[in-house]
Amino acid sequence: MAINEPSQQLNTSAGTYRKKEKRKKFLVILGFMAPALIIYGLYVVYAIGMTFYYSMFDWSGIDANFDFIGIQNYITLFQDLTFWQSLKNNTLLIAASLFTQIPLGLIMALLLFSPVKGMRLFRTVYFMPFLMSTVAIGILFIYIYDANFGLVNQLLGAVGLDSLQRGWLGNEDTAIWAVIVTICWQFAPFYMILFRAAIVGIPEELYEAADIDGATGWKRFSNITFPLLKPIIVTSAILSIIGALKYFDLIYIMTGGGPNNATDLMATYMYDQTFTNFNMGYGSTVSSMMFIIAFIVTVIIITLDNKRKADY
Amino acid sequence: MLKKIKQTPLYIVAILILLFTGLPFFIMLNTSFKDQGEFSSAPWALPENFSFENYTALFETNFFHFFWNSLVVSVISVVLVIIFGAMASYPISRMKFKLNRPLLLLFMVGMMIPIHTTLIPIFLLTQNLGLYNTIWGLIGPYVAFALPISVVIYTQFMSELPKELEESAKIDGCGHFQLFWKILFPLLIPATSTVAIYNFIHIWNEFIFALVLTNSDEAATLPIGLREFYGEFSVNIPGLMAALSLASIPLLLVYFVAQEKIIKGLAAGSVKG
Repeated sequence: MAINEPSQQLNTSAGTYRKKEKRKKFLVILGFMAPALIIYGLYVVYAIGMTFYYSMFDWSGIDANFDFIGIQNYITLFQDLTFWQSLKNNTLLIAASLFTQIPLGLIMALLLFSPVKGMRLFRTVYFMPFLMSTVAIGILFIYIYDANFGLVNQLLGAVGLDSLQRGWLGNEDTAIWAVIVTICWQFAPFYMILFRAAIVGIPEELYEAADIDGATGWKRFSNITFPLLKPIIVTSAILSIIGALKYFDLIYIMTGGGPNNATDLMATYMYDQTFTNFNMGYGSTVSSMMFIIAFIVTVIIITLDNKRKADY
Repeated sequence: MLKKIKQTPLYIVAILILLFTGLPFFIMLNTSFKDQGEFSSAPWALPENFSFENYTALFETNFFHFFWNSLVVSVISVVLVIIFGAMASYPISRMKFKLNRPLLLLFMVGMMIPIHTTLIPIFLLTQNLGLYNTIWGLIGPYVAFALPISVVIYTQFMSELPKELEESAKIDGCGHFQLFWKILFPLLIPATSTVAIYNFIHIWNEFIFALVLTNSDEAATLPIGLREFYGEFSVNIPGLMAALSLASIPLLLVYFVAQEKIIKGLAAGSVKG
């Protein structure tokens, strides 16, 4: 094949040769990308399009009624108090992620570099929550929060705070906080890993220079470590905001959105509407709104981040 | 001496966090070694007679069937993601054409997409393909949602490899496919292990697709199976804790074998363009 090519080139004009090359290149690109594009196109791109399409129908998903109603579902959504309640819970989860998971992750990472003895043990145990099966975590914490024999109530009893004992997940006021603590428990180690990797990447010379200047402890942190960790902190913030907007697992496993919708997130509300109440049209509207919100938030963050980078 | 005293607060914080992260895990293991009587009389005490009975009892349940399903789905999905992800990244990172950037962006957008926005169409699609309620129906969505991060990791890694590779391959008369499989792919091993570990952790724990796309013990993966145990075992908490402990073992095992790789893999998961 390779030997034949020059003679072919002589026989045909340069133009058709280039065209041929171009077509060959296109086929090569297509060959490499086709499997990924087909799967991604079908399960992500096509699926998102269909969700927006379904969101404009009155449709249960189990009977034959499939009526176009335009933006009626969206009007209903804006007047739907449960949806607003779930959006509020998503916001709460964002705040908890930003102000609990990330600082906790940072503290854990810094501890790994401190002169504490038994570092391997600390590192392993700190990281374990992230390696546990999510469903296992959910079930385990249901028992930890149990009204009768749960660990939380036992500990409260042991220190004489019996008055605070309650069924943490069955109470409308405490349920969301109980689950949020569990979510932070699971994800703080993830941020610890990100920060640890970033701290390892800080050149040792900077600290040596700081030693010469006599900077210790807090000064070392605020003048060297923290400024150099800013990019990874921004990345963590992006990950945690987006993650909190689409969160589902532990809420569904631990409370199912209850009691009385007090812990519903957009994702659990969507699941209930779709697969419990058989309201697939409206469920599609909720999930379309999730997409729109996640999209807007991402664009805002990226714009802000680019501005920050430009300021440097 | 002074130094020791100065370090005391450090130790207090470190140990408090140790208790916070480790205690639930310890309780789970601790309870799994007790019998029911012991658990109801002293739920949080150490076991008096250390027993593996709760674990051996799992052989009489569907536990290992669920476990096997999870393993099959996770391994096949991860292998497909590696092949398709690496292939797709090759033109994006090493060939020049008009759509390099838009195609990479198309995959990157996938990282922010809420899975729920695809759930209903995928549910219907899986039914139409005849894959509903089988473990095979899970592989498509798992691969699709693992592709974005994998393509980003591979693209970044591949664009850092020297350009001379192609040139020397062309002199040897290698086509693109030979070049990719024989020369490039073996060089991608660091990226491949990152992609494999990152996606294995997520797919092993995946819950929502498994919940919606399967509907029987036959096809259930471990997360779904565990939830079922929770319903059935609600009177036998030590038995349940044994199942929960065992379900967490594969990831712990992977961690102890490849600690540094996992940590690097997870950190690489944060590379957003």
